[in-house]
Amino acid sequence: MDQQLEASVLGMWVFLVTEVMFFGGLFMAYILYRYWYPDAWAAASNHLNVQMGAINTVVLIISSLTMVLAVRAAQVGSWIGQIVNLVLTIGFGATFLVVKYFEYAEKFEHHLVPGANFAAPTQVIAGHLVHNHANVGNAEQLFFSLYFIMTGIHAAHMVVGIGLMSVILWMAWKKRFSPGYYGPVEVSGLYWHFVDIVWIFLFPLLYLLGAHLSTGAH
Amino acid sequence: MSDSHSQHIITPTGTYVAVFVGLIILTVLTYVAAINDFGALNTPIALGIAALKASLVVLFFMGVRYNTPLTKVVVISGFFWLIIMFGLTMGDYMSRSWLGVPGR
Repeated sequence: MDQQLEASVLGMWVFLVTEVMFFGGLFMAYILYRYWYPDAWAAASNHLNVQMGAINTVVLIISSLTMVLAVRAAQVGSWIGQIVNLVLTIGFGATFLVVKYFEYAEKFEHHLVPGANFAAPTQVIAGHLVHNHANVGNAEQLFFSLYFIMTGIHAAHMVVGIGLMSVILWMAWKKRFSPGYYGPVEVSGLYWHFVDIVWIFLFPLLYLLGAHLSTGAH
Repeated sequence: MSDSHSQHIITPTGTYVAVFVGLIILTVLTYVAAINDFGALNTPIALGIAALKASLVVLFFMGVRYNTPLTKVVVISGFFWLIIMFGLTMGDYMSRSWLGVPGR
């Protein structure tokens, strides 16, 4: 049983390393374009809703705690502990997606979705955030393209994670797990935490990048 | 513990809660650091805090500190190769302007 668990954990990590590379490519694009268009990046970042991003960061960290407590409940053989913590984990995951929905809707309303109707209201000139009269913003569109791709793929991972947790919850409900067999809970937990880690990097890089500029501009 | 073969090291709930509190504190810290202007240091500070948070999650929540050496090697190599990709790609782009040749 020990060896089985070790093999499962190793296998999951091999998959997660491919996920690191998958998101890594997007982070690579982010780094390069930010290096090319630092001012556009800072200006565009200021149009993201820091409050919603921060709420989602906290929601994900709480869900990681309930996830790890669900694994622990399986390890100590607590059925109710598994059920409660798995339901909470799924609930916080869903909360994340609801907040994301309102955030995306706000971007559509503010014309911040790349395309024909894109309109960047501000730009950075000589280190200051100023109103954008000329309405230039191709580099800002690049930022928002990456914002939607990176957070969108992250949200897709959340959806997969919620599906995964629903299966684990069903298995836990059927009393499949015991202190001697809890591999599926542990391994699914690894995936859940990985998605949390991606957000830990996305939050400061996307939402907080230009935050020090906005304090002077308001 | 009598049958140490089927028994895994079970982390106390208190440890998990402590790690959770640490993650929340670091999240607040990353926000406070971001609204202040440290010039070129803003991004390194943000990435440093994010790396610290990720390490806490990997070591405690994902339990890598109790995993086999093989799993640890896989985890470390994954992130190591990511750094190689960032390093080599940016090394290329950042050094292109050094050469005054057309077509760079």
